[in-house]
Amino acid sequence: MDERASKARGLNRLRRAEHVDAAPADAEKAAAAPRPPAGQPVVEFRGVHLAYEGGHVALDGATFAVERGEFVFLVGQTGSGKSTLMRLLTKELEATAGTVRVAGRDLAVIDHKKVPFYRRNIGVVFQDFKLLPNRTVYDNVAYALMVTGHSRKEIRRRVPDILRLTGLATKLHAYPDQLSGGEQQRVSIARAFVNHPPLLLADEPTGNLDPETSIGIMQLLYRINRTGSTVLVATHDHAMVDRMRRRVIELEKGRIIRDEATGLYARDENTREFAARLRGDLSGRPDLDGGE
Amino acid sequence: MDSVNFFLREALRTLRRNAMPSFAAMVAVMVTMLVLGVFIPIVQAANGAANSVRGRVLVDVYMTTGATTTDVQRVRMKLDGLADSPKIQFVSKDAAFKQESKRDPEAYALLGANPLPDTFRVTPKNADDLNSLKAQLLKIKGTEPAMESVRDRRDDTTKILQATKFVKITVGVLAALLIAASIMLVANTIRLSLFSRRREVEVMKLVGATDPFIRWPFVFEGLIVGTVGALGAVMVLGLAKVAILDPLASDFALIAAPQTLAFPLLVLILLSAGAGLSALGSVVSLRRYLRI
Repeated sequence: MDERASKARGLNRLRRAEHVDAAPADAEKAAAAPRPPAGQPVVEFRGVHLAYEGGHVALDGATFAVERGEFVFLVGQTGSGKSTLMRLLTKELEATAGTVRVAGRDLAVIDHKKVPFYRRNIGVVFQDFKLLPNRTVYDNVAYALMVTGHSRKEIRRRVPDILRLTGLATKLHAYPDQLSGGEQQRVSIARAFVNHPPLLLADEPTGNLDPETSIGIMQLLYRINRTGSTVLVATHDHAMVDRMRRRVIELEKGRIIRDEATGLYARDENTREFAARLRGDLSGRPDLDGGE
Repeated sequence: MDSVNFFLREALRTLRRNAMPSFAAMVAVMVTMLVLGVFIPIVQAANGAANSVRGRVLVDVYMTTGATTTDVQRVRMKLDGLADSPKIQFVSKDAAFKQESKRDPEAYALLGANPLPDTFRVTPKNADDLNSLKAQLLKIKGTEPAMESVRDRRDDTTKILQATKFVKITVGVLAALLIAASIMLVANTIRLSLFSRRREVEVMKLVGATDPFIRWPFVFEGLIVGTVGALGAVMVLGLAKVAILDPLASDFALIAAPQTLAFPLLVLILLSAGAGLSALGSVVSLRRYLRI
């Protein structure tokens, strides 16, 4: 079987699953689901302020909105507030002032006990992958389904699908330390996406990877975005962002100093065209990491 | 049932993967249970000895050496008329001689004749009534020439009671200190083993596992570690009982004291204490890592 065909089939299944998931399975899911009614932004920050203990201001009056299906980059130097913003969205942190809404729901009113149900609707990808070293690739991905109460049959059906989609079909039984950085990040993305979250957050997903591997990861994130998920990527890799031609929100010392969709925003290109364009652009620029 | 299965499998998997910390925790539980298993019977035996001494509160009525059988019978009738009907035991001069010469045959052989008087041992139903009983007996003695003297053993009793009280307090304090130290050892070992797995807990939280879902495998793990540790302690105690205590029991009254706990009951207490302690220790130590 041709690998491309298999991936396409995987993608189709995912789209179908996405459609099925649109009807929330239980009341708790419904209470916290970041799938907004039509016309409502998926993510909305209004005058969000966050100061850490000791007075360090991490976010200062951040206001922006992300619509459903958008692919948005958060850029800025280390310490500019990108990760803080992400952690506000996963509700690891609480805003000191202002409101953070996800799918129209104010995160401040989500009860501590409901937070896990809220998080099941958000996929998170980290720079350091955060894989469980004692589990195989399959188990790492299956774990996200187990904790959310999926049956074994369901897990057996879904995990191979998502691993095929992320190009890991042959690595099912490998442990994280037997994989390259790029492969580990793919596992991390597979785990984040296996629940088909309407919102995917990636914090420096290519921070530890070489340029060619980074393109593969970006291509994967773009593919996920094309299934309808809203994707938010924090990065300090300006060069990559410029070439991706997606909406960019730039932070500096906790303030938003730029929020623009580049003129060349190309919504309809397929993933292969997307990657080819990235490679083409990149091959013309040997200083790939020179953006920093 | 499916989730109990899952929790049990998870617990066994982590036990296998973290063999060293788990073993350390097991040994800590075993030491604690050994301390408990040794001190519970010791404290009980000391208590039992004190109680049996307290039970020996009695008044001795000595007859004159020349008292005849008629005298004895007359006194007996008077004693039977005592208020509150105390227990009355007659020890004839021959029986007393036999008993005493068994203890020190040489000395009594030298004596030749029997110097011991006939004796009535009068035991009050309630140890607190000793004084009124003695007063009644002294009154009878005033009218009865065949009665030599009325003597209680209060001085001896007080001394023995003081000594056993001292032993009880010392053993109690020692046991409390040792048990406290062992509990801290167990808590610390569990905390160390959890610390090495905080990353796992972090990942569980981020993929949307609820707190109980994260906690249960740790509870099962604690139960297994505690039960195995306590079983080890029980085996050591059982071996010590068969090899050391039982052969000595015929020589030392304290060891053979009937007031000590039955061995199977002790085993049950140790097993449940071991399992409970270590499961509780896991849950308490886990709390700080759940606050994400």
